[in-house]
Amino acid sequence: MQFMALIYSADGAEQNYPGGPEKMMADYYAYTEEVKKAGVMVAGDALQPTSTATSIRERDGKASLTDGPFAETKEQLGGYYLLECKDLDEAIKWAGKIPTAKYGTIEVRPVMIWDQ
Amino acid sequence: MNPIEAELTRIVRANSGRILSALIKVTQDFTLAQDALQDAITQAIAQWPESGPPQNGGAWLYVAAKRRAIDLVRKESRHHADATQQILTDLQHDQDETAEWEQDIPDERLRLIFTCCHPALNVDAQVALTLRTLGGLTVREIARAFLASETTIGQRITRAKQKIKNANIPYEVPNHEDMQARRAGVLTTIYLIFNESYSAYEGQSLTREDLANEAIRLCAILNRLDPDPETAGLLCLMRLTHARRAARLDTEGDFVPLDKQDRSLWDQTEIEAAHAQLLDVFANGQFGPFQLQAAISALHCLAPSWAETDWQQIFALYGALAAYDPSPVVRLNQAVALANMGGHNKALEQLNTLEAELGNYQPFYAARADILSRCGEEKAAQIDYDRAIELSKNKVEKNFLFQKKSALAASLKNNK
Repeated sequence: MQFMALIYSADGAEQNYPGGPEKMMADYYAYTEEVKKAGVMVAGDALQPTSTATSIRERDGKASLTDGPFAETKEQLGGYYLLECKDLDEAIKWAGKIPTAKYGTIEVRPVMIWDQ
Repeated sequence: MNPIEAELTRIVRANSGRILSALIKVTQDFTLAQDALQDAITQAIAQWPESGPPQNGGAWLYVAAKRRAIDLVRKESRHHADATQQILTDLQHDQDETAEWEQDIPDERLRLIFTCCHPALNVDAQVALTLRTLGGLTVREIARAFLASETTIGQRITRAKQKIKNANIPYEVPNHEDMQARRAGVLTTIYLIFNESYSAYEGQSLTREDLANEAIRLCAILNRLDPDPETAGLLCLMRLTHARRAARLDTEGDFVPLDKQDRSLWDQTEIEAAHAQLLDVFANGQFGPFQLQAAISALHCLAPSWAETDWQQIFALYGALAAYDPSPVVRLNQAVALANMGGHNKALEQLNTLEAELGNYQPFYAARADILSRCGEEKAAQIDYDRAIELSKNKVEKNFLFQKKSALAASLKNNK
């Protein structure tokens, strides 16, 4: 069963990472290696900051674009991992090891299965 | 309720957890298992008045629920054919079903407890789901106990069951490394159920026995299936608290604080039994916060009067408790013990450091008012009583605080 771990944090909060942002990058690298080796990782990416975001809506047949993210919240989506786990407990265990959990929030959601 | 309905309710309460856990283990489906049990109960309501209640009501319900579950699994199209066949095979594995209930069905309630109290469910959902599945309480009974509508409780349970299914919360006892944290979560939920029976924010009556008894029963089951000193500690704590319930209300239904309670109303047999159990637990030498709270409760229970309570030990136990739980409420209780040892000024000093954190906590002002009045600071005491009355949400508690304040005002007048 696939679980999506969505990585949220406030802009610039990585400065608060224990050991600093460089240590965080090293820990992300090690984590990615670990989930790959365990055969759990399906996919994963980091996103560019929300300053690069464009939001698109179509209403009454008219498209409109907005500069910026969908919602101006304190913590923003910054990346994700797609993980293959046997149940929620295993997904929570892996998600809890994502470095951003130390200063941001990881939201775990099961991926919808349509053929049921 | 006629005698047969009462008997059925008793049997459902006693066996619901075991029946459901056996059915969920095979079907992996909370909703289906609960529907099957509900249909079995409906069947019992229809048949028992004529045939009389069966000799083994639990086995009867299990067999009826299992047959119903087989029907429901057959009807459900969403299962893959192979999985359905496997479930049906597992459900039908035995010929003599009554013997199966007695001998072959292992007690799976531990899995059920840990799944109902999974930390991915919010606490309200954990409480409702635990009472419904393990306690066998009806949605109406849970709604009444929590002063909520049946719709709210029903939705809460449905949503919890959906999350268990869709997010794939495992139907398992946690592995060794997670066990301690998960067990602590279960104990918190059980204690919450127990405390709910003693609080009555908008309500008029102060105890709701059903919930307290249910919390005690669940904790005893947990302690039997997964023995642990803290689980036993919580069990002792609840037993000791519950043994004093008859003295908590006076004949008019008003709340009586511990220092004014008629101790002859306490259930001495239960106190002695719980105290003996607590001493056994202590022999393990693995202390924890629930055991410490139980020890404090035991000292109150064993004291012949409020004045003759062993405040020194209680003070020390609160100090030990603060190491696990440095919350301001624990330090408040420690200060009260200190005041009762005669250290009024030191106690006031400690209380004053807590005011910022407990500024909206009624017991803080009630306690400080009491100590201030004993120190002769009547004016300051009156201000604290006013604040406590303002913060109290309970009618009987408010009455009690009013009486204390009036007594203080009367003594002020007389002294002038």
